[in-house]
Amino acid sequence: MPTTPSPPESRSAVRTLLRLWPYVRPVRARLFTAALIAILASCIGLVIPLVLKWMVDGPIADRDPAGVWLGALYLLLLGLAEALLFGFRRWLVARPLSHVEAEMRADLYRHLQRLPVAFHDRWPSGQLLSRATTDLMLLRMFLAFPLTFLLVNGVTILVGVIIMLVQDWTLGLVILVPAVPVLITCVVFEKRYSGAARRAQDQVGDLTTVVEESVLGIRIIKGFGRHRSQAQAFRELSGRLRGTELHKARLLATILGVIVTLPELAIGAALVLGAVQVADGSLSAGTLVAFLSTALALRWPVDSIGFLLAMSQEAATATERYFEVMDAAPESGVRGGTSRGPALRGAAAPTRAAHGGTSQAHQALGEARMPAVASGLRFENVSFRYPDAPSDSLPVLHRIDLHIRPGESLALVGATGSGKTTLTALVPRLHEVTEGRITLNGADIAEMSREELRSRVAVAFEEPTLFSASVGENVLMGGGTGEEDLGRALAVAQADFAHALPQGVDTQVGEQGLSLSGGQRQRLALARAVVGRPDFLVLDDPLSALDVHTEAAVEAALRRVLADTTALIVAHRPSTVLLADRVALLSGGRITAVGTHHELLRTSPEYAHLMSGAPAGEQEDQR
Amino acid sequence: MTAATTAPVRDEDDDRAPASGDPFDQDRLPTPPGATGTLLRSLLAPMRGRVAVTALLLLLQQAAVQAGPLLVAYAIDRAVPAFRGDDNGPLIAVAVGYLLCATAAGALQYAFVNASARVSQDVLLDLRGRIFRHAQELSVDFHERYTSGRLISRSTTDVESLRELLEEGLQELVMVVLSAVYISVLLLWLDLGLGAVAVASFVPLYLLVRSYRRRAGRVYRKRSTAIATVIVKFVETMNGIRPVRAFRREAANDADFAVLNRRHERTNGDALLEMARYVVGSRITANTTVALIVLWGAHRVADGSLELGVLAAAVLYLRRLYDPIDRLGMFLNSYQSAAASLEKIAGLLAQTPSVPEPPAPRELPGRRAGLPGRDVVFDDVRFAYRTGGEVLPRFGLTLPAGQTVAVVGSTGAGKSTLAKLLARFYDPSDGRVLLDGVDLRDLTGRDLRREVVMVTQEAFLFSGTVAENIAIGRPDATREEIEQAAKEIGAHDFIAALPDGYDTDVRKRGGRISAGQRQLVAFARALLADPAVLILDEATSSLDIPGERAVQRAMATVLKGRTAVVIAHRLSTVEIADRVLVMEHGRIVEDGSPAELIDRTGRFADLHRAWRDSLA
Repeated sequence: MPTTPSPPESRSAVRTLLRLWPYVRPVRARLFTAALIAILASCIGLVIPLVLKWMVDGPIADRDPAGVWLGALYLLLLGLAEALLFGFRRWLVARPLSHVEAEMRADLYRHLQRLPVAFHDRWPSGQLLSRATTDLMLLRMFLAFPLTFLLVNGVTILVGVIIMLVQDWTLGLVILVPAVPVLITCVVFEKRYSGAARRAQDQVGDLTTVVEESVLGIRIIKGFGRHRSQAQAFRELSGRLRGTELHKARLLATILGVIVTLPELAIGAALVLGAVQVADGSLSAGTLVAFLSTALALRWPVDSIGFLLAMSQEAATATERYFEVMDAAPESGVRGGTSRGPALRGAAAPTRAAHGGTSQAHQALGEARMPAVASGLRFENVSFRYPDAPSDSLPVLHRIDLHIRPGESLALVGATGSGKTTLTALVPRLHEVTEGRITLNGADIAEMSREELRSRVAVAFEEPTLFSASVGENVLMGGGTGEEDLGRALAVAQADFAHALPQGVDTQVGEQGLSLSGGQRQRLALARAVVGRPDFLVLDDPLSALDVHTEAAVEAALRRVLADTTALIVAHRPSTVLLADRVALLSGGRITAVGTHHELLRTSPEYAHLMSGAPAGEQEDQR
Repeated sequence: MTAATTAPVRDEDDDRAPASGDPFDQDRLPTPPGATGTLLRSLLAPMRGRVAVTALLLLLQQAAVQAGPLLVAYAIDRAVPAFRGDDNGPLIAVAVGYLLCATAAGALQYAFVNASARVSQDVLLDLRGRIFRHAQELSVDFHERYTSGRLISRSTTDVESLRELLEEGLQELVMVVLSAVYISVLLLWLDLGLGAVAVASFVPLYLLVRSYRRRAGRVYRKRSTAIATVIVKFVETMNGIRPVRAFRREAANDADFAVLNRRHERTNGDALLEMARYVVGSRITANTTVALIVLWGAHRVADGSLELGVLAAAVLYLRRLYDPIDRLGMFLNSYQSAAASLEKIAGLLAQTPSVPEPPAPRELPGRRAGLPGRDVVFDDVRFAYRTGGEVLPRFGLTLPAGQTVAVVGSTGAGKSTLAKLLARFYDPSDGRVLLDGVDLRDLTGRDLRREVVMVTQEAFLFSGTVAENIAIGRPDATREEIEQAAKEIGAHDFIAALPDGYDTDVRKRGGRISAGQRQLVAFARALLADPAVLILDEATSSLDIPGERAVQRAMATVLKGRTAVVIAHRLSTVEIADRVLVMEHGRIVEDGSPAELIDRTGRFADLHRAWRDSLA
C-alpha cells in the first residue's frame, strides 16, 4: 500500500500558516482592507439593535410617527451600508485570492520541475497532484473565510460584549460565563482535529495514487483481469478514508454541540434575569430587546468559530503538505563557483548560431572547433550512489574512468541492472556524481549551468515520452529551427510516418493527442535527440522497440549523424553496438573492458556472452 | 494489396479517428439527458431511511433553535406583567423552556452532524467505488482516448466538489429551507401582516437565486474544465520528468502551465465575483425588508394594535431568516460546482464498455488432461475502427492447442490488433474469436482472464512490493510460488539483491528497478498466472541478449502445451516458435514453421537474413 513520506515534526497551526505570508504579501493591502471592511460591516450589524432600542424607548413609547419614520430610515441606510460593504469585501478579494492560489500552484509546479529526479522516484505523483489541487483549494478557502472571519468575528464578539456590558453589566457578565468552557473545548478540539485532518489528507493522496496507477497500468490490469483486486485495494483505502472522515465528524459534532448549547443557555439566563429587572422597573423594555438582539446577533460569530477553526486546521495541514515539497532542495546549481560559466557560454554561442546552415557547413565548423578545445566526453574516477541510499551500501557505479574522443561514438554494454541507464543519467546531470568528475571538452559539467550543459548534450531515453504538443513541436524541443531541421531529423530517425499523420507534423500527440506505438514514439524521441545537432549525444537503447527493417534503416541514417558527434550509446544488441566505434563493458558498477566489438568478442567472455547469449562458461572453455 | 493504398499510415495502437470535433477533445462526453439526476437518485436510494432520520434530526434541531425568540416574546408580553402581579409561574416556564431548548438544540446538533457525515461519507464511498470500477471495466480503446489525467480528475477533484456539497452545502440548504419555513409560519402566526411582508420578500430573493444559479453554472462548468486541463499538464510533466529535464523544458512548461493556470484563476475569480454580486443583492433585499417591517410594526405598536414583544420577536426572527442567506450562496456555490462535476461523472459512468460482459455466459470445457493449452480459432474475423478504416480484412486462422505462434511484420501490419482481439481488448467487427469452440464474447471476464493473459510492452509497476507486483498474476499465490516464478524467469537474483528482497517497495529507497528488470517482473507475473493462452507483445525489447535467452528458455518450458502468440520484433524470439505468421497491411502473407519460411524466398527469409547479419 502506498504510504506518504513521514511528516516533519509538528508545529503549531499558527506557525505553519505564517509560512503563507510570502504569497499573501503581494495582496496584503487588499486583504487587510477587506478585513477592515468586514469588521465595519459586522459592527453596523451591531448598531441595528441600538436603533431598535432607541425606537422602542423613544418614538414608540411616545407615539411619535415622525420618529418612527426616522428610525426606519436609519435602519434602511445601515442595512444598505452593511450589504454594500460585505459585497465590496468580496469584490476586493475575489481576484487576488484566486491569484494567490494560482501563484502557489505555479510555484509548486516550477519547483517540482527542478527537484532532483531522485525526488520524483520517491514521491508518487498522486501525492504531488493532491497538493497542487485539493490542498491549494483549501488554502484559498482559508484565506477567503477563516482568516478574515476569525478576526472579524473576534472583533464583533468583543464589540458586542462591550455594548452588552455597557447596557447592563450584570446581564453582560451572564452572557460571558460560557466563554471559558467554550475556549477550552476549542483548544482541545484544535489539537485532536489537526491530527485527523492530516490523516485524511494523506489518505486522499494515497487514494489518488491508486487511481492514477490503475489508469496508467490499465493494460496490465486488463490483461490479467485484475480489476477486482485493484478495486479491492481501492475499497480498502477509501473505506479507511471514510473512517477518518467520520472521526473528524465526531470531533466537529462535539464542538458544535458545545458551541450551540452553552451560549444559548446563557441567553436564556439573561432573558429570565432581564425580565425580572424589567418587571422591577430597573431596566427598560427597549434595553432588554436591544440586549437580546445583540446577543442573538453574536450567535453566528460564536457558532461559526467551530467550523472556522476546523477549516484553519485543515489549511494548516495543507500548508504543511505544500511546504514539505517546497522545502525539498532543488537541483544544486553550479558547483565550485560560476567563473567559467560565461566563457563557456560564449564559446558555445557561435556553434549554435551555425545550426541553421547546411550540413556541410556544420561539418566544416565541427572540424574547425574540435581540435582546439575538444577533448570529448571524459569520466574521471566517477562513483555514484543514490543520495537516499545508506552511505555504507555499495555504490551503483564505482570509479568509472572512460574517455570518448571528440567525434567518436562509444557503445555501453552491460547486463540488465548493471547501471548503464544510471551512467547515462549522469551526463545531463539528472543525477549528480557522488565522487569524481565528468568533463565535456575539458570543462567539468558540475561547473556548467544545467541550462548550458543540457543544451550541449541531447538525450534519447529508453522510455520515449512525448508531450501534449504537435509532432513537430515535440521533435524541435531538442533544438534546431524550422522545417528543414525537422525534416532532416525525421528522416534520420526514419520517422517519415509523421508526414502521413492526419495533420502531418502538426498532429497533436501525447497525453492529449493521438496515441502512437512504442516504435513510433521511440523514433520521434530519437529525432528529438538529433534535431539540434548536439555536440554530445546520449542514447539509451534507442532502437529497442523497432522492427528489424526499420532498425536497419535508422542505423544507416544514424551512422552519418554519429560520424561527427561525440556519442554514448547504451546497447543491448550487436546491431546497435556496431553503430559505435568502440565498446565499453560495464559490469558490477565498473568498466571492465574497452575496445572494438570484435576485440571484446575475442577477449571478454562476459561480453561475448552478452552479445551472443551463449553461456559465459562455454565461451571460457573455448578460449 | 488493396489495403496498402486505402489504409493511411496508422499504427496498431492507434485507435482513434483523426477527428476534430471528437467529443474526447473537449473533455465533454455526451451526458445523456437525466443521467445526472438518475445517478444522484441511485446514490441516495439505498440510504433512504438514514436520510429520513437525518432530516428528522435537523427538523427537531431547528424547532429547538427557533423556539428562542418565541420565548422572548412570551417573556416580554406575558411573563413580565405576570411577575409584576406576583405570578412567577410564566417566568419559570420561560426559564425551563429555554433550558430544554438549548440542551436539545446542542444534543440534536451533535446527533445530526454525525448522522449526516455518515450519509455523505457513504455516498462518497459508493460514488468513488463506482467511478473506479467503471473506469476499470471500460475497454482499452476507451482508455486510449480518454486521457489518464481526465480520468484522475473525475475521481479526485470532481468527487471532492461533491464532498463539499454533501458536507457543507446540503446541510446548509436543508437548514436554510427548514428555518425559512419555520420562521415564516411563526411570523404569520405571530402577526399575519408582518409575516406576509416577510414572505413577500421571498419573491425577489428567489429571482436573485435563480439568476445567480444560471450565471454561476456557466462559470463553474468552465472552471471545472479549466482545472482538468491543469491536472493533465501537471501529471504529464511529473510522469515525464526525465525528458523534461534533459530537453530543458522547464521554462517552456512553466509558460504553458501559466496559461492553463491563469485560465483557472480567471474562472475562479469570475465565480467569486458572481458570488459577491449575489451577496449584495440578497443582503439589500433582506435589510430593506427588516426596515419595512420595523417601520410598519412600530407604527402599529405606537397605535396599540401590536404588542412590543411580538415586534421584538419578529425582528429577532427576521435576523435569523436572512442570516443564512449568504450561506445559501455558499451552498449554491458548492452546488454549482458539484453539479458540473456530477454531470461529468455521470457522462463517464454512462459510457458502456465496448466489450460488455455476456448476458448468458458459457462455461469453457475443462482443460484436456496433460495439455494446459486451448484451441484458438479466428472464424471469419474482420476488424475496422468504428470511424472506418479497415485494419484487418476478413480472415480465418486456427491455432491448435499447445502451439507457439510468432507473429512478425512491420509496424502497422496489424500484429497488435490481432493480439488485442484474442485478449478481447477489442471485439471483432465481424466474425468470432473462439476459445475451444466458445465465442470469447460468451465468456465471463473472470473466465477469460484466467485462460488468456497478455503481457504488453509497457512494464508498469504498481506501488507496493516486488512480490505484490508479481502476485498480480495470481493474487492467491504463496510466497514460494512467487519466488518459483521469479526463479524460472531469471528474476530471482536481482530481486534477492534488493534491500528488502521480495518485500522491497518499488517506490521506496533502493527500489529502483531498470526497464529490463521490470520486464522480467512482468514475465514472472505472466508465468504465475498460468493461463491456457499467453500473448506476448514485443515484451522482450528492453532485455539484453542473455536476459532474453533466459526468458526464452523459461518460456520454452512454460509454453510447452500452452497456446501462445508472440508478437516478435526480434527474430531470436521466433526461434522458440512452432509456427510463424508474417503479416503485412492487415493480412497474413506467410504461414509456416520457421524452418520452412527460411527456406522459402519470402519476407520472412529476408527478415531472417537481415537479423543473422546483424548478429555477425
